[in-house]
Amino acid sequence: MVDFIQNCLDGIMLGSSYALLAIGFTLIFGVMRRLNLSYGPSIMVGAFVGTLVYLEFKANAVAIAAATVVGAVIVGVYVERLCFRAIRRGAAVASMVSSFVIWMQLEEIVTVVFPDRTYFFPPMVTADPIDLGPFFFKVENIVMFAVAAVMTVLLHWLLQYTRFGLALRAVSENPRAALFMGINVGAVMFLAFVIASAFGGVAAYLIVSADGQITPLFGLWATFKGLIAMMLGGMGSIPGAILGGLLLGVVEAQSIWYLGTEYRDLSAYFLLFLFLVFRPGGLMGQLAVEREQAAMRRV
Amino acid sequence: MLEVDGIAAAYGNIQALRGVTLSVEEGGITCLLGPNGAGKTTLMMTIAGILKPRGGTISFLDRDITGMTPSGVVRRGIALVPENRLVFPDMNVQENLIAGAYLRLGKSKAEVQRDVDHVFARFPRLQERSKQMAGTLSGGEQQMLAVARALMARPKLLMMDEPSLGLAPLIVEEIFRIIGDLRADGATIFLVEQNAHMALQVADHFYLLEQGQVTFSGKPGQLSEHEVIQRAYLGKGQEPSQPAPDQGRPDGTTP
Repeated sequence: MVDFIQNCLDGIMLGSSYALLAIGFTLIFGVMRRLNLSYGPSIMVGAFVGTLVYLEFKANAVAIAAATVVGAVIVGVYVERLCFRAIRRGAAVASMVSSFVIWMQLEEIVTVVFPDRTYFFPPMVTADPIDLGPFFFKVENIVMFAVAAVMTVLLHWLLQYTRFGLALRAVSENPRAALFMGINVGAVMFLAFVIASAFGGVAAYLIVSADGQITPLFGLWATFKGLIAMMLGGMGSIPGAILGGLLLGVVEAQSIWYLGTEYRDLSAYFLLFLFLVFRPGGLMGQLAVEREQAAMRRV
Repeated sequence: MLEVDGIAAAYGNIQALRGVTLSVEEGGITCLLGPNGAGKTTLMMTIAGILKPRGGTISFLDRDITGMTPSGVVRRGIALVPENRLVFPDMNVQENLIAGAYLRLGKSKAEVQRDVDHVFARFPRLQERSKQMAGTLSGGEQQMLAVARALMARPKLLMMDEPSLGLAPLIVEEIFRIIGDLRADGATIFLVEQNAHMALQVADHFYLLEQGQVTFSGKPGQLSEHEVIQRAYLGKGQEPSQPAPDQGRPDGTTP
């Protein structure tokens, strides 16, 4: 029982980084109704910018984190201009395919610039785990959870209590109507991309510094984790992204403990499979689907 | 107040405007009637800045607004109640209203809140539902909300695209009562309708738009309602030789 609870706690802390990834995904999907496949690779590039800053200047953790976020945002903007702004009126699949192309491009560029593939990434803190009764916590996991929690609260405040948040919600609910309100839809989409990339950049720093290393494959990994967490929660829903991320983290932590590390990804895919079969709208998306149907009946 | 001069535009490849010229006078209701596909919504989109015209000019209060961005048009004082209402379904009623005042939100939140209170005084039903998600409202309430939301922009000109679409007859009457009230308060309204019978009751001036061109301009009464209804539903080209039997009775009573 102690093991089970310990796994849950570990899973929640691990899942908080998945939640950040999923929030980035879902922000872009919610506003654009398009899937950005190069989301993971662009934050991977951000992490390599962080690595570069470390290798060149032996910078401290804060500077490396900042470089990672800035790098992720710059590449995110590049993706937005090329795959989304340029074909906003075209088919959604065109954006998805071109974001896949940019994914390949980013991975190749990183492989050329960083030929050793696997690089050391400095940990954010070096401290012994904290014991708390029968449980113990790694300090970096606690930091991961705390940062994710703070960022989520910030995002909630931004969306619910600011003028920009109102515009962003309006655009994600109905871009055409948002235009009629005088909202600059293009600018809102751009800023949503920037925020999503910043969330991704923070997530990338937290995950990579906890791992202690970075490879170009991190992009693929981040796209998978973010996408799965988003789909578990319900596409386009921010509370869903958080729940989906935490659920994914807990299931992974449990399967690592009870089944072995090699079952970590398999159990994640299996969980996604179960959701797609029995609750295809995800945790929160299903609610939206039901509410929409209820509204249709009322009209 | 609004001068549309020789506007040519296309929405997709079908609903084209072929040189539309019309004007909206300040104070009062100007109606644009016409069959489906005549280009009524295309004209609204073009005035609102969503579509760029291929030719012609639009001026508002003696200033050229042709090709202006949608937010520029709203800023100049034109607000649109869109076809199918397009309320924000997952925002509550109050948030929908505040979104309508989006461009003023940066300047004075207190002023916007006062306007919300005014709108609630005009539409008590919306106040009762102020915390309810707009997507859960009935069709008539959503239409009311769409009108109220447009008013939140404090428009000098209110454009309404088919406010009666998909609503039950009693609700349509209520919506037109609201339109009449707004007019009595001095609003200038440019109304696009298919429901010619209701529109002619409130219009001060009306235009017929058929196949992308204005084919009639005048006051209600200058053309028999029967003819207006026929042309508004069917267009001139397909006018049947016999009076259409099931066009509904022109006086609006149910058989």
